[in-house]
Amino acid sequence: MIAAIRTRTVLVVGAGPAGLAAARAARERGASVILLDASDATGGQYWRHLPPSRPSANERALHHGWSTYRALHDELERDDGCEIVLGAQVWAIERTDASDVTDASGGADASAVTDASASTDAATVPAPVAVHVLVGPPDGTRRVGRTFRPDALVLATGAHDRTLPFPGWDLPGVFTAGAAQAFAKGERVALGGRVVVAGAGPFLLPVAASVAATGAKVLGVYEASRVAGLVRGWLPKPWQLIGAAKKGGELAGYVGSHLRHRIPYVTGRAVVAAHGADRVEAVTIAEVDADWAPIAGTERRVETDAVCVSHGFTPRLELPIAAGCELTPERFVRVDDGQRTSVAGVYAAGEITGIGGVDAALAEGEIAGHVAAGGSARDADLGAAVGARRTFAGFAARIEAAHGIRSGWTSWLDDDTLVCRCEEVPYGRLRDTREATCGSGLRSMKLTTRAGLGICQGRICGRTVEELLGAGPDVGGEDDAGHAASAGLETAAGGLFDRRSDAGGLLDRRATTDRRPIASPLRIGELAAAEDPTTSTTHTVRKGHP
Amino acid sequence: MVSDVVIVGAGIVGAACARALAVAGVRVTVLERGAAASGTSAKGEGNLLVSDKGPGPELDLAVYAASLWPDLVDELADELGPAFPSLEYERKGGLVVATTAAGAEPLRAFAASQRAAGVDARAIPNGTALELEPWLNPEITAAVHYPDDAQVQPVIATEALLASARNHGAAVRTGVEVTGAKRDASGRLIGLVTTAGDVPAGAVLLAAGPWSGETARALGAILPVRPRRGMVLVTTRMPHRVFHKVYDGDYFGATQSSDAALQTSSVVESTAAGTVLLGSSREQVGFDERLRVDVIREIATKALRLFPFLANASIMRAYGGFRPFMPDHLPVIGEDHRIAGLWHASGHEGAGIGLSLATAELLVAGMLGTAAPIDAAPFGLARASLAPYLEEAA
Ligand SMILES: Cc1cc2nc3c(=O)[nH]c(=O)nc-3n(C[C@H](O)[C@H](O)[C@H](O)COP(=O)(O)OP(=O)(O)OC[C@H]3O[C@@H](n4cnc5c(N)ncnc54)[C@H](O)[C@@H]3O)c2cc1C
Ligand SMILES: Cc1cc2nc3c(=O)[nH]c(=O)nc-3n(C[C@H](O)[C@H](O)[C@H](O)COP(=O)(O)OP(=O)(O)OC[C@H]3O[C@@H](n4cnc5c(N)ncnc54)[C@H](O)[C@@H]3O)c2cc1C
Repeated sequence: MIAAIRTRTVLVVGAGPAGLAAARAARERGASVILLDASDATGGQYWRHLPPSRPSANERALHHGWSTYRALHDELERDDGCEIVLGAQVWAIERTDASDVTDASGGADASAVTDASASTDAATVPAPVAVHVLVGPPDGTRRVGRTFRPDALVLATGAHDRTLPFPGWDLPGVFTAGAAQAFAKGERVALGGRVVVAGAGPFLLPVAASVAATGAKVLGVYEASRVAGLVRGWLPKPWQLIGAAKKGGELAGYVGSHLRHRIPYVTGRAVVAAHGADRVEAVTIAEVDADWAPIAGTERRVETDAVCVSHGFTPRLELPIAAGCELTPERFVRVDDGQRTSVAGVYAAGEITGIGGVDAALAEGEIAGHVAAGGSARDADLGAAVGARRTFAGFAARIEAAHGIRSGWTSWLDDDTLVCRCEEVPYGRLRDTREATCGSGLRSMKLTTRAGLGICQGRICGRTVEELLGAGPDVGGEDDAGHAASAGLETAAGGLFDRRSDAGGLLDRRATTDRRPIASPLRIGELAAAEDPTTSTTHTVRKGHP
Repeated sequence: MVSDVVIVGAGIVGAACARALAVAGVRVTVLERGAAASGTSAKGEGNLLVSDKGPGPELDLAVYAASLWPDLVDELADELGPAFPSLEYERKGGLVVATTAAGAEPLRAFAASQRAAGVDARAIPNGTALELEPWLNPEITAAVHYPDDAQVQPVIATEALLASARNHGAAVRTGVEVTGAKRDASGRLIGLVTTAGDVPAGAVLLAAGPWSGETARALGAILPVRPRRGMVLVTTRMPHRVFHKVYDGDYFGATQSSDAALQTSSVVESTAAGTVLLGSSREQVGFDERLRVDVIREIATKALRLFPFLANASIMRAYGGFRPFMPDHLPVIGEDHRIAGLWHASGHEGAGIGLSLATAELLVAGMLGTAAPIDAAPFGLARASLAPYLEEAA
């Protein structure tokens, strides 16, 4: 008799390009899929759009690949084997020992398992995780708890953009580029009449285009990197990617749009201060050297009512870290050619594995979903995705080479520039405290200054704080021999990274600002409440765990 | 008499000992494998409690420690100046309540025994408790007020003690792990093997917190310190509605028990930063660092029994650490009777922040041969209650 093969359950966290592609690929291989996203729509950062209650005929024009998105979304929504749960915030991932797992039946939502799920594939070992989710509007009265113990987990949580501090960056009217784009794409709200876009990276261009499309006048895009750096990284034009013709074409489209809107694109310039009483009224733009240090005498004041700034990306690593996934030295999730992380049964795709843009995210997501559902990265039907991934491989490295943050930015800071906005910690205090305590560990610095301890839990300032503390010579601790002891310390940017395979976990001796065992705030009442038995999906496992 | 000491561990216990020894004129080097204040002292709360200890040597040590904190805080503030962050010392008092009918009488009896030992433990009517804490669950069944309970920010306290130790000539070397011992022909400890080479030592003080057991083993000694895991939840900032340290009476059971299974008891308190800390759990699961949702769920549930209004407050962070647990619930302070040159200051379990200053005074007296401020014998490694545990591995 041929043993019936139980349907594998694949849980995908994040419904951006990577997560959508993963869900579809996993379905194509016959897995039963649950796709979660914290926001109220699929599409992620890239395909942010108006809610269905306010449809727009213009989405197609605003979004590159809109038809790709519609096709993915519609197919998954029609599919009974895929449950899409929106407003679903994963707030914790618990690691469960392999030895704890005595029952191989996964914890998929029973209703999603169409196939008679009683038969278990004894060879299948579920991913060693329990994924804790709260479903409902975050400001609603009480969200409902659900817990998933899937056979395979695909993490596709993306990245958020990173903004370096400068005097006045906390004024109303200063936006991160991601927030600006969300406003422009998701709300169709103009940020202001006269807008400055500044920072570093190719994504400043589409942001400027989205902002211009709302009717605002974009005064200019100010890219901190020097032309020489751009040429080395992007040859021959900043918006053309080596080897990624499709990407080049897309960005060229933005250049066209820039021309239409007459948006100047200037390199080697940075917004080094924003001015205004209650909100931003003007910015100082300075020429910066190759290290991003302002060149004296080049400052120019520009009247503006909104500024969008973005200097790079920070991958959302809290869930992979909680799951125990190893990171690379560049601090992305380490994956192999099947998008497998270091934890068996846990896969990663999209921006958490490297900044590659939407097409790379789609390709990686497809591979992750396919392999998570039991396929192989060498299967013929993955050929196109594997090829696309190869094309975009190295994109992140090229962005980093051309636009990576340079150390001179710290000279933009005044003593009273807030570094941590939640806890209102100014740069001067951070520096003085570090000197007074001989700049010991990151954890101690956070707890003595409160930098990074506020509501955003260091999402905005974490890496900035790390870099500021790592900037000095003795942050690794003093050493009688006179050289900084850095090995294995939890301090300086370079020396910080924890290469141990068990990098996850709550109580790790080595701190990083990416570790957040509570991935998102939750009410004490929500935590205390037992899960709703009608929606919890743990019961299939509980059978095996009396 | 000892003239130079190498201290292993830059937690609050090592820091307090380093400062006290340096002030007394001893040459001090602190070796820390991570960063200063990166171990347990950065992963707990900063309660300086007399309320949770029954009559006996630990209570004597806590009462003595409570008397040292106010002066130390003033001295450090004067010495380190306004640029150094405040230690956030606050003698805000503790309020212990029973939440069940069965819990009321044991709480009152415990307080009476403490009063007999000289602790200011005031049994108060429930209505008075609700005046002290207007947001407290009105269903409480008994309440005791401890005006002498205080709190401090433990990381800042550790850093301040280290800064002061440095001002008095101590050297603090971070990123240096102690891996073995140097002994002379008589077996006396004369130095340490470290990841940064050998370090000679007139005397070695082991203050490696929950890792003292494994470090002792590397030095050739058995010390039965084990990790007892604890977790704490932190809320977002909120208007001030919790004014004392508020505990439910279960707390005593949890601190005094040796049971390895999970125990939680509520401790709710506000911090100077405006957050509220909810503690804490106790379980013996080795150095297992993984988040356990069932544990934090139980902490949250019990906190709501004390303060129902917290249901709508948000948790933004969870952290935890490993209390250095001793099988007989007393720290080890003093000379090792088996290896000459080795001293101990370990095993303070859930009270090391509070007890650190008193520990340092006992050690200075022991090392310099001066009169001990309180009887040190109950904390000696040679005490009878530890004897069974010192033989285990032989
Ligand atoms: C300002 C800006 C402009 C860009 N412009 C371009 C461009 O022009 N061309 C281009 O190719 N790329 C562009 N990108 C990059 C593009 O957006 C990304 O490459 C792409 O969105 C990455 O897809 P992803 O699926 O990895 O992540 P995302 O699209 O970020 O999706 C991640 C999803 O995970 C969800 N999530 C995260 N954490 C949780 C959690 N704990 N629980 C539940 N859900 C969670 C989020 O809600 C989100 O929907 C831009 C990015 C930014 C920020
Ligand atoms: C959740 C929780 C709540 C708590 N609440 C309170 C409270 O409210 N009040 C209170 O008084 N106490 C409390 N405690 C207990 C208190 O935190 C500890 O008793 C105290 O921090 C112990 O200090 P320590 O210096 O002995 O250890 P640690 O702070 O752990 O310091 C030991 C140091 O030694 C270093 N080390 C270890 N091995 C080596 C080696 N081989 N070489 C070099 N260095 C080494 C470590 O890196 C570490 O930094 C709590 C603990 C926890 C976990």
